[in-house]
Amino acid sequence: MLLISCPWCGPRDETEYHYGGQAHVRYPETPADLDDRQWAEYVFYRDNPKGPFAERWVHSTGCRRWFNVLRDTVTYEVLASYRLDEPRPELPQAGGNR
Amino acid sequence: MSTEPLPEHPDFLWRNPEPRSSYDVVIVGAGGHGLATAYYLAKNHGITNVAVLEKGWLAGGNMARNTTIIRSNYLWDESAAIYEHALKLWERLPEELDYDFLFSQRGVLNLAHTLQDVREGTRRANANRLNGVDAEWLEPDEVAKVCPILNVSPRTRYPVLGATFQPRAGIAKHDHVAWALARRADELGVDLIQGCEVTGFLKDGDRVVGVETNLGRINAGRVGLAAAGHSSVLAERAGVRLPVQSYPLQALVSELHEPVHPTVVMSNHVHVYVSQAHKGELVMGAGVDSYNGYGQRGSFHVIEHQMAAAVELFPIFARAHVLRTWGGVVDVTPDASPIISTTPVENLYVNCGWGTGGFKGTPAAGWTFAHTIATGEPHPLNAPFALERFTTGALIDEHGAAAVAH
Repeated sequence: MLLISCPWCGPRDETEYHYGGQAHVRYPETPADLDDRQWAEYVFYRDNPKGPFAERWVHSTGCRRWFNVLRDTVTYEVLASYRLDEPRPELPQAGGNR
Repeated sequence: MSTEPLPEHPDFLWRNPEPRSSYDVVIVGAGGHGLATAYYLAKNHGITNVAVLEKGWLAGGNMARNTTIIRSNYLWDESAAIYEHALKLWERLPEELDYDFLFSQRGVLNLAHTLQDVREGTRRANANRLNGVDAEWLEPDEVAKVCPILNVSPRTRYPVLGATFQPRAGIAKHDHVAWALARRADELGVDLIQGCEVTGFLKDGDRVVGVETNLGRINAGRVGLAAAGHSSVLAERAGVRLPVQSYPLQALVSELHEPVHPTVVMSNHVHVYVSQAHKGELVMGAGVDSYNGYGQRGSFHVIEHQMAAAVELFPIFARAHVLRTWGGVVDVTPDASPIISTTPVENLYVNCGWGTGGFKGTPAAGWTFAHTIATGEPHPLNAPFALERFTTGALIDEHGAAAVAH
């Protein structure tokens, strides 16, 4: 089971959270200008990396706030967790839960 | 339940040739879909200058560890057509391949536990019948007649309120299916090459002309990808982005038991599906983990949830012991339907996105993918399953009939 650290509540079991997919997917700045292909990219296409992945989680049974997690999709190591208003950490610290 | 002995292992089933420098078609991935594609390329289209490249060993991935369920009771016309085509092919494949892979049409029950499940189930049974798929709606007492060990008491947390039943559904012995396809493909001239990992693609402009592998360059007129959970990783090397996410899916088997379970039971609501293998193991699956993963292991709490559901539905299982658990990587699309398609790269074709249900589709995946590769155009059965649907919005939303949360 994953041990994920909520930025507000601290480390909690995976079962307290709900997964929200890829992080940092921005709503298009000029939606009226998008063609169908670009809308498809925004709605349906997500990265699917083998390795570090920035993703969203919500602490459903805790503070109910959304935040981001940097997690390795092969080792399942949680490399970092950070608030939505923080940038993706550049150099993940191996072995940590925050 | 079949009490026949398992088929003997033949001494050898296929050659293990060195790769040649060039093929008309290279298929990447020697799982069930890759092997079926090679078989139908040779059989239906006379294309035998074909190599199937496998980074590990033949049929050693999801084809070697799945819950072996075969059914065609999907909701939408497009899905019913392709899965029913698969089921009809399954019905004749043992004879055609001259290999008894223990295809057993013992039926499948998809349980309903809520009023909404009942409405969805009756709708799907009616839709199935309109599409020529055998389907019935059963009330709880009729469910109990099909599967007497199932607890249909109203005094459970999620009582069984009824079920859809497809009598022609069933199971087959997955590794024997792969070996049967491999043997016949090999006899028709297809080179099956194990230990050969595709590391890159050779391109001439927007056209693929071969693959880079750990065994060297292999030129190819056309390249078909059939790599299941790793499809997007592979396609990315060719410059193609796929709308799939990879998740761990886990299942487990019990020790051997006397024949007790006569059919296949699936429950989308409480998340378990169970059949009994020919040897006697109870084979159980659950939903995928909620998050992306390539680790080939699943979360413990998913198994816990699945076992709780299994024991409530089947009190007789309460003292069964788990013998083995495993996790495989599946690639899931936004509409829970597969992609069998041309790609933006000329002569590069993709078969992926089968999620948790690729095994049942094996013959139809091979049939339609072979057609698409051979002709450069989709077969009528896989035309709706093209990549374009994510741009046009003509989705085939099968989350309900996929029967597993994903």
